[in-house]
Amino acid sequence: MKPEPNTYSALGEVAAVHERRSLWTRIVIDLRKAPFTARFGMVVILAYMLVAIFAPVLAPYGEAEVFPEPYAPWSSIYIFGTDQIGRDIFSRMIYGARNTVGIAVATTFLAFLIGGALGLAAAINRSWLDQVLSRSVDVLMAIPSLIFALVLLSIFGSTVTNLILIIAVLDSTRVFRLTRAVALNVVVMDYVEAARLRGEGLGWIMRREILPNIMPPLIAEFGLRFCFVFLTIAALSFLGVGIQPPTADWGSMVRDNASLIMFAQYDLKVGLTPLLPAAAIALLTVAINFVVDWFLHKTSGLHDE
Amino acid sequence: MMSNRTKKGDVLLSIKGLKIQGFSDEKWHDIINGIDLTLHAGEVLGLIGESGAGKSTLGLAAMGYTQPGCRITEGEIIFDGVDLAKLSDVEKRKFWGDRMTYVAQSAAASFNPARRLIVQTTASTIRAGIKNRQDAYDDAKQLYDVLNLPDPDNIGDRYPHQVSGGQLQRVMTAMAMSPRPDLLVFDEPTTALDVTTQVEVLASMRSIVEEFNTAAIYITHDLAVVAQMADVIKVLRYGCEVEEAPTRQMLSAPKEAYTKSLWSVRALEKPQQTAKASVLSLKNIDASYGIQKVLHAVNIEVPKGSTVAVVGESGSGKSTAARVITGLLPQLSGTVKFDGEVLPPALVNRSKEQKRRIQMIYQMADTAMNPRQTVREIIGRPLEFYLGIRGAEQTKRVIELLEMIELDANFMERLPGELSGGQKQRICIARALAAEPEFIICDEVTSALDQIVQEGILKLLMRLQEELGLTYLFITHDISTVNAIADQVVVMNQGEVVEQGLKTEVFQPPHPDYTALLLSSVPEMDPDWLTNLISKRVV
Repeated sequence: MKPEPNTYSALGEVAAVHERRSLWTRIVIDLRKAPFTARFGMVVILAYMLVAIFAPVLAPYGEAEVFPEPYAPWSSIYIFGTDQIGRDIFSRMIYGARNTVGIAVATTFLAFLIGGALGLAAAINRSWLDQVLSRSVDVLMAIPSLIFALVLLSIFGSTVTNLILIIAVLDSTRVFRLTRAVALNVVVMDYVEAARLRGEGLGWIMRREILPNIMPPLIAEFGLRFCFVFLTIAALSFLGVGIQPPTADWGSMVRDNASLIMFAQYDLKVGLTPLLPAAAIALLTVAINFVVDWFLHKTSGLHDE
Repeated sequence: MMSNRTKKGDVLLSIKGLKIQGFSDEKWHDIINGIDLTLHAGEVLGLIGESGAGKSTLGLAAMGYTQPGCRITEGEIIFDGVDLAKLSDVEKRKFWGDRMTYVAQSAAASFNPARRLIVQTTASTIRAGIKNRQDAYDDAKQLYDVLNLPDPDNIGDRYPHQVSGGQLQRVMTAMAMSPRPDLLVFDEPTTALDVTTQVEVLASMRSIVEEFNTAAIYITHDLAVVAQMADVIKVLRYGCEVEEAPTRQMLSAPKEAYTKSLWSVRALEKPQQTAKASVLSLKNIDASYGIQKVLHAVNIEVPKGSTVAVVGESGSGKSTAARVITGLLPQLSGTVKFDGEVLPPALVNRSKEQKRRIQMIYQMADTAMNPRQTVREIIGRPLEFYLGIRGAEQTKRVIELLEMIELDANFMERLPGELSGGQKQRICIARALAAEPEFIICDEVTSALDQIVQEGILKLLMRLQEELGLTYLFITHDISTVNAIADQVVVMNQGEVVEQGLKTEVFQPPHPDYTALLLSSVPEMDPDWLTNLISKRVV
């Protein structure tokens, strides 16, 4: 339709805006423009995920299979040698991806579920609920979280469920603060008032009106939070209250084989063994941060030309 | 007194074949497309057009400045013999704040909140070495006096937050006048002000421009305002000139159809309906935000099927009244009666049916729609929520509603960010209509829109009223909008109803003092209006 000159027509304005691209095309365009670091990060994360999923297929031996040769050197039989009771380190690293990463993902999701929901509710409600939640979070945050987690795990016992629950609750305080802060900016918008006027319930306003508008910072935070959770689990395992043997876990693998470092002067490869699980942790953390940085940059609208 | 650098009647500024491009969506677009402009010393040129017409870009280009992301691709800007388009920023800076100055739209956002007004007023004058500090301060005080600011000797010692918006706009004019520039660019200086304040600011600006015989470019979208200020008016559209003519000639005999359409909204007038039984009545409403009381014993009656316009300045309590009606702000005392039944004060206590029958349309359509929802979701939700319409039937109804607001099914999958201002407001109207309401509160729905788009929205609202028998409560500060749409008028001031009645009654004398002030402050198309008003008020 050709707009007539010199008169206003709503339809005539149509030409000025472009057609909306489908979600898939937009993703493809974004990926094509992603910088090298982000692509590297995505490849690494994908590799970790594949290793975690196909661990039993990839690992040459079982997770807790004990061989008669403890502290075996690197060889064609035991690629990275064996540990103090004769378990194949390479196989345990592959299983470790599944356990450590799996638990970290579950914990982060739970932390976001708790912190996000409460943060949104506090931002919308703003009255006593906000006060009660915010002050309790302040109290929880005042206690150093690693020590608090140590205490709680010693009291309740180091099961996987306890580990996930305790770290999730402790980490949800940070998520709560972030969600509440960003949601406060959205709550004051007219469309939220319009939804309220319509008579929509709390759930709808949270899910449909506010959540989609605060997703970018939350996703970025998810990546960072995941790294912290991951490191906390590894630290707790290193201290002996995290994931319990015989379950393979990178944190406890570092602790168990730490003494091997002393043999580096005789055999460099043996000395490197305890660093392998540590490197696996470091690589994943860096990869996730690359992806998060890219995502943040893309959604924040801060583009340095 | 007269600028010693140019004489009246000389060509001060001449722009030839200017083209400016802006960068967005990863390509360059034309913003200004080949414009010529000539400005003589001591002359005021009015630039008028819709948003996006390139007025501000041209105004800034007259100073040789382009906003970040813009570039001058062709043409020359000759100011007093020098081509600004060819100068470097360092060279241009010698002109800025000395021979040419700028008055921005939002004074509140343009002042440094941490420095005293007089320091900011004189900063560029002192920096350019035109006057020493003492002389500049004395001169600034004189300017404050000419601009009719209260207590001109001491007002400069205040900080920006300590004076009102209208005063701040005048201080900014003083700042622009301080170096006695040859060229002053006003960019919509009164758009953010109330009508009663606007008159004072306009009068002071005009007197100071006349007194110092400064050439000025006055940018606005309000034709009545520019008629008071400018000697010559230039109409812009899509970065091109539509026409240029001396003010009186332009007003009495515009050549182009587009120019005529610019003031068509002022010609709209609704034939007044006689009063019927009221559908909504507010009785003795008191309301407050915290401890601050904002409504005092407000009574408003809204007859069924008619439009009641609530007029008043910002802070008069008109939007608060709307919040009480919708239940967002429960009143302290008094009752809101809708269709014979008393509405519970708080929103949570109202039934879904009560909520459905009263809908609201907001001023800023941008923030009134969730940027992450498509038009289909925005309009479809009230259908589902109130009437339980889902699936294919919902799609059909959404298309019907889109057609009702003169759009079509192509808009269904768009996000609000992909719509123009007028389209957004139409979608908001459709969302309100989807609930099949009987009563719609329109809170300044047209004030953020261009005149010509306003006209479309107002016509649409009137047509819908006729077809669906809707009742409107129309909150506005613009009297020409009231003329266009209202049957009855409620005048509010400082939380009280000053006057209520049929439009013809309220607009005819005798008036209470406040109504008289408000009505007389509305700019008219007559270029002598301001002069006459000032002489009348002085008497």
